[in-house]
Amino acid sequence: MNLITIEGLTVTYGGVTALENVSLDVNAGEIVTIVGPNGSGKTSLLKAIIGAVTPLEGSVRIKQDLKIGYVPQRLSLDPTLPISVGKFMRLTNKVDKKSCAITLRQAGVPELADKQISELSGGQLQRVLLARALLGAPEILILDEATQGLDQPGSADFYRNIEKVRKSTGCAVLMISHDLHVVMSSSDRVICLNGHICCCGTPESVIATPEYQELFGSGAGGALALYRHSHDHAHDHSAENSKAIN
Amino acid sequence: MLDDFMTRAFIAGLGLALVSAPLGCFVVWRRMAYFGDATAHAAMLGVALSLAIQTDVFYGALIFAIIMAWATTQLSGRNYAMDTLLGVFAHSFLAVGLVIVSFLSGVRIDLMAYLFGDILAVSVSDLSIIWMGTLIALGLIAWRWKPLFLSTLNEELSYASGFNPKREQLFLTIALGITVAVSIKVVGVLLITAMLIIPAAAARNLARDPELMVFAAGIISCISVSAGLRSSYIFDTPPGPTIVCVALFIFIVLNLFKTFRRLVR
Repeated sequence: MNLITIEGLTVTYGGVTALENVSLDVNAGEIVTIVGPNGSGKTSLLKAIIGAVTPLEGSVRIKQDLKIGYVPQRLSLDPTLPISVGKFMRLTNKVDKKSCAITLRQAGVPELADKQISELSGGQLQRVLLARALLGAPEILILDEATQGLDQPGSADFYRNIEKVRKSTGCAVLMISHDLHVVMSSSDRVICLNGHICCCGTPESVIATPEYQELFGSGAGGALALYRHSHDHAHDHSAENSKAIN
Repeated sequence: MLDDFMTRAFIAGLGLALVSAPLGCFVVWRRMAYFGDATAHAAMLGVALSLAIQTDVFYGALIFAIIMAWATTQLSGRNYAMDTLLGVFAHSFLAVGLVIVSFLSGVRIDLMAYLFGDILAVSVSDLSIIWMGTLIALGLIAWRWKPLFLSTLNEELSYASGFNPKREQLFLTIALGITVAVSIKVVGVLLITAMLIIPAAAARNLARDPELMVFAAGIISCISVSAGLRSSYIFDTPPGPTIVCVALFIFIVLNLFKTFRRLVR
C-alpha cells in the first residue's frame, strides 16, 4: 500500500524551476534514498511532501493520518533558547518520561535526557533527532541529509541504525543523502534526481546507468564496493565512535 | 486609588512588563531584535496620523506596527533580505510620518513624548487600553505557545507536525504589534526593544527551560518597572530611560554572577 504518491510534481521558486514532472511513490516498509547533486531539488521534494512548498503542478497525496517521523538536517538553536533533550523529545509526542528514556537508550544516548540541546555534540544531536522522530511510532521516517556533519564511520553507523529500526518497527524510510558510499547498500530503491528523475531502481542498477555515471563521475561506479569495504571494518569504527561520544 | 499618577504609571508599567516577557523571549530566540525595533519605528507613522485625525495613538500605532510586520514577512526573501526591507520601511515610515505632521496646520504635537514615552502622563483610559492589549497579546501567545515554539526550533519540523510556521509567525507578529502599540506611551518608540530584549537576555542565565525563562523574564521586567519608577521619582530622572537602566543593571549583575560561578567551579 502506498504511503506517499507523487504525480507530475513541478515546483518553482520565483520562475526558477526546482523540480519538473516528478512522479514517485513510497510503499510501506521500504527504504527509498534520493541522491543528486546540489541544487537538484532534493530538499524541494521533501518540502513538497511535508507541505512546506506548494506545487505549481501535479499532486502529492499522503495516506490519511500518516504518522511521519521527520529528522531535519540540523537544529540551529539560538544559544539563548533553553530546552532539555527530554522536553524536546516530548514536545510533539504525548508520551511519559519513561518511554522517552527507553527510546533514548535504544538510540544509544541513555544519559542525555536532562542535558540541554545546546550542550550536545553533532553526533549526539543527530541521535536525539532520530530518537524524537521514532518516539511517535511513525509509519514513515523522512530524513533530510541527517548525517551532515558526521564523519564517515559516524554516518555509516547512523545508517546501520536506520536499517535496524526498519527491521524492528517495519516503518518506511525516505531519505536524502550526499553520502553515496554509505547510503546505497542499505536502500531498497535509489532515486537519482537532477530537477527531474534521471534514473531509479535498485542501488546496483542505478550505479550502472550512464545518467548516474554522468552526474557523479565514473569514479562513483565504485561507490558500492567502497561501502562494502568500510562495512567490513565496522567494528573498529563503532568502537572509535562510542569513545567519541562518551 | 487611580487618582495618583504614580499608581497609574506603576499599573501601566506592570502591564508592559507582563506582555514583554514572552514576546521578548521569542524575539531573542528567533533573532528578531531588529524586527522589533523596526516595527516600533514604523508605528510612529501611525502615531502621527492618529494625532492628525484626533484619535487615540494606540490604534494608529497598532495598525502600522502590524502592517509593517506583515509586509516585511511577506516580501522578504524575494528580492531583498529581511534586514534591508526592515531598514527601508522602518525609517521611511518614520520620515513620512514626520512630514505628514508638518503639513497639518493647527496641530501642535510633541513627538518627543512618543519617542521616549511619558509614563507619568498615563490616563485611566490609557490604562484600560494598555491592559486590554496586554491580555489579548498574552492570550494569543498562550494559545499558540506549542506551535510557535516548535516553529522557532525548526520550520520543517513544524510543517511535518502539521503546523504552518508562516501562520504561527503571523500570530507572533500581531502580538508584537500590540506590544509595540501599548508600549509607546510607557517607554516610547526608541526604548521598546530594550524592554523586550534586556529582561529576556538576563533571564537566560536563570533558566534551563523555555517556560521558566519567560517566567524569569517577567519577574525581571516587573522589578525593572517598579524599581525604575521609584528611582526616577527619588532622583528626578526621566522614568522610561530609568526603567531601562534598572533592567540593564539586572542584566549585568546576572551575567557577572554567572561568570563568577563558572570561575569558582
